[in-house]
Amino acid sequence: MTGTSGDIPDLVCARCDKPLEMRKVEASYLGQTFPVELPCCPSCGFVYVSEELASGRMLKVEQALEDK
Amino acid sequence: MDGDQIKAWEALCIEEQPPACAAACPLRADARGMAEKMAAGDFAGAMGLFSRVVPFPAIIAHICEHPCEAVCRRAEAGGAVRLGALERALVEEAYPTIRRTAQRARKPKTIAVVGAGLAGLTAAFDLTMKGHAVTVFEAEPRPLERLRHDAYPSLLPPSAVEADLGALISLGVDIRCRQRVTGGDGLLVLADLIAAHDAVLLAIGPGPAIPFAGTLRLTSAGRIDLDPITLATSRPAVFGSCLHTGDDETYSAIFSVRDGRRAAVSIDRFLQGASLTASRADDNATGTCLYVNTASQVAVPPVEPADPTAGYSHAEAMSEAARCFPCHCLECVKACAYLAHYKTYPKRAVREIYNNDSIIMGNRKSNRMIDSCALCGLCETLCPNDLAMGDVCLDARQSMVERGHMPASHHDFALRDMAFSRSDEVAFVRHQPGHDQSAVLFFPGCQLPASAPHQVEAVYRYLSERLPGGVGFMMDCCGAPAHWSGRKALHREVLDHLHAVWQEQGRPRIVTACSTCLKQIGEFLPDIPVSSLWTELAAIGLPDVAVPRSVVKSLAIHDPCTSRHAHDVQAAVRSIAASMGADVRELTGAEKTTCCGYGGLVSFANPEVGNAFVDQRIAESDDDYLAYCAMCRDNFARRGKRALHLIDLIFPDADDPAARPDPGFSGRRDNRLRLSRRMRRDLWGESMSDPVPSVSLIIADSVRAEIECKLLLVDDIAEVIAEAQRTGCRLKDRISGHFTASGRIGTVTTWVEYEPTEAGFVVHRAYGHRMQVEVKP
Ligand code: SF4
Ligand code: SF4
Ligand code: SF4
Ligand SMILES: [Zn+2]
Repeated sequence: MTGTSGDIPDLVCARCDKPLEMRKVEASYLGQTFPVELPCCPSCGFVYVSEELASGRMLKVEQALEDK
Repeated sequence: MDGDQIKAWEALCIEEQPPACAAACPLRADARGMAEKMAAGDFAGAMGLFSRVVPFPAIIAHICEHPCEAVCRRAEAGGAVRLGALERALVEEAYPTIRRTAQRARKPKTIAVVGAGLAGLTAAFDLTMKGHAVTVFEAEPRPLERLRHDAYPSLLPPSAVEADLGALISLGVDIRCRQRVTGGDGLLVLADLIAAHDAVLLAIGPGPAIPFAGTLRLTSAGRIDLDPITLATSRPAVFGSCLHTGDDETYSAIFSVRDGRRAAVSIDRFLQGASLTASRADDNATGTCLYVNTASQVAVPPVEPADPTAGYSHAEAMSEAARCFPCHCLECVKACAYLAHYKTYPKRAVREIYNNDSIIMGNRKSNRMIDSCALCGLCETLCPNDLAMGDVCLDARQSMVERGHMPASHHDFALRDMAFSRSDEVAFVRHQPGHDQSAVLFFPGCQLPASAPHQVEAVYRYLSERLPGGVGFMMDCCGAPAHWSGRKALHREVLDHLHAVWQEQGRPRIVTACSTCLKQIGEFLPDIPVSSLWTELAAIGLPDVAVPRSVVKSLAIHDPCTSRHAHDVQAAVRSIAASMGADVRELTGAEKTTCCGYGGLVSFANPEVGNAFVDQRIAESDDDYLAYCAMCRDNFARRGKRALHLIDLIFPDADDPAARPDPGFSGRRDNRLRLSRRMRRDLWGESMSDPVPSVSLIIADSVRAEIECKLLLVDDIAEVIAEAQRTGCRLKDRISGHFTASGRIGTVTTWVEYEPTEAGFVVHRAYGHRMQVEVKP
């Protein structure tokens, strides 16, 4: 999984009251890690995974890793 | 996986054996493939198959004795496919489509063929195609002289002979006529030919070969002495035609061609310095062990050509070719939604599974295929050789687990469900209230309490009343999910636990409500006496509350796959239903029953195949279905089929039990939990409260269905919301005002979009993933 594009949704971190920003985060599964850009709260670091990502590319990568 | 075991499994599936027609053809022409293409109108394609193995298609189509036709299995359903007439129609229409080019040999050799009969010319053809330079010497003025005059003057049109000869010559074969090869004196002496060529074939027709006595060893009958398999003579580099062995003097065009081919194979091997005998296909063999279920075919008579002298027209040939079944076994594939989904058959699947197992590095792309078998045993029942694909897939799963290659996502959810059923929250065992021992232990399993909790309690109360010696109650899991998912160690753990509890309870007889539990205990804990609730009820009689006659209409009975061979259970179920006035109709009958999609955990690893099993089954009849496994009933209900459980007849709990919805995974857990607590409280007087949810949720049916499909649990969603509300750790959509929160539960991160309202939290959607994401430290 190499980065993610698309718009940052109209979400704010409810605790910090800050809009999410694209940040480099680390995705990991079955001992493999990849850098990926995802919307995050700039102050507390809450990472948002959209349903589209979870059931799309993320699922594909999970399955590919499971079959490795 | 064990390679020898794999070979043994593969050998059981005979689907790749040739059809009878091809097996009977001395050239192994693929008549099945030809008929399939002709039926589809692809005559050029059919001609491609024919001319690939038949050197002289026009001649052979006219004069072959067509041994294929004599053995065609269509004979058992209307009459053999008229393969000879089809070949003639094929030649008539598609002869010009033949395309042949000889290979270019790196080191072409020179070969002399003596005799331009069918055998000699076939060898010349084959060797030329291999790239060798072939010269044919014929004593008569024309090639194939005997064929033209003696053999089949009326059947064989001269144009056919000319066409095939013309094609042969244009390939580059040098045919020299009026050239008599002699033994000693003469213009053309055999010894000289041998000296001048890399190899020589004597294809000189039947009869003594005395003139060659000085050059070659002859038999006592004066014929050339030939090795029956390789057709080698006593001299290296010299071969002969088989008709000289003298065992069979009856002339046959197709066998002459076969003999020429056999000699050509030997000559080519000889020229390459290869063994003449090693792994040589037995071209004498006929017959095949391919199983064909001809009894299931409707008889169709052969197509009669409108003009018998002209033979089949294009359209007539297509219809006649369509009478070819074509011959296949595929008995299992026709019945199994899993094999059909993967468009495979066991021989190929076994090989694929083994390859998947042997991969060291790289993608194991068959993992999901292996986990999509229902382990239902139907294939074994249908297969002429009893090949059990379920055994293969289970063995593969166990191997995947052992090597750490089992994809976590396939079975996690089911195993978590099993763990819940075995947890202290749900599982318990008690003697009957007021007793300190049990003669019988009622074991309802996981799924009936999950689907029909009230009836489980009613059954237990009834058994307690009617059976002497104390009837204990045990809520627990039989371990089937551990077994099906290939987790041997976990399965052993479950079995050991069951065994220990059974010992502690004083070794009572176990009565199970579920066919899977019955099978599991019977198979893996053989010292435990176990019987089915249904045989038990048939023996002790039914309670008075059982549905009166008038209520029951016709019901189509579905046996669970785990009862496939439990004849006593099948009989008991039918007699109970009949005694309540149900008009019970058979679907496939118990032995050929299909899986409901739960078996082998297929629905978890591959929901599409799981649903295909259910959908195929529910399409079989319009009647309401009568099941006696809770999973079968609930799966039918989930896919929109009216279905009731036998227990709904005996202990009615609803007005229209066939309309009872599938409780879903979250509902199943809740039902088990509540039943377990209620029974411990009501029957054993233990202080047990009903489970209280952490937050109250409002979930629309459509959202609930989505949650089910995604294998998420309502309890987990509630936990995520409760936690987000407590910590404030959540996102807010500025437009809709909805909150989004997530939580890691087990190996899944669950996300929930929700909205607090006065009545509770409205769940708008939920989804999950296994990958973990973190801001880099
Ligand atoms: S039915 Fe077709 S495949 Fe079977 S033997 Fe006849 S021609 Fe061959
Ligand atoms: S699903 Fe059943 S019939 Fe199909 S291959 Fe598996 S065990 Fe055989
Ligand atoms: S029933 Fe299936 S497994 Fe058995 S021989 Fe036929 S195709 Fe092969
Ligand atoms: Zn924040």
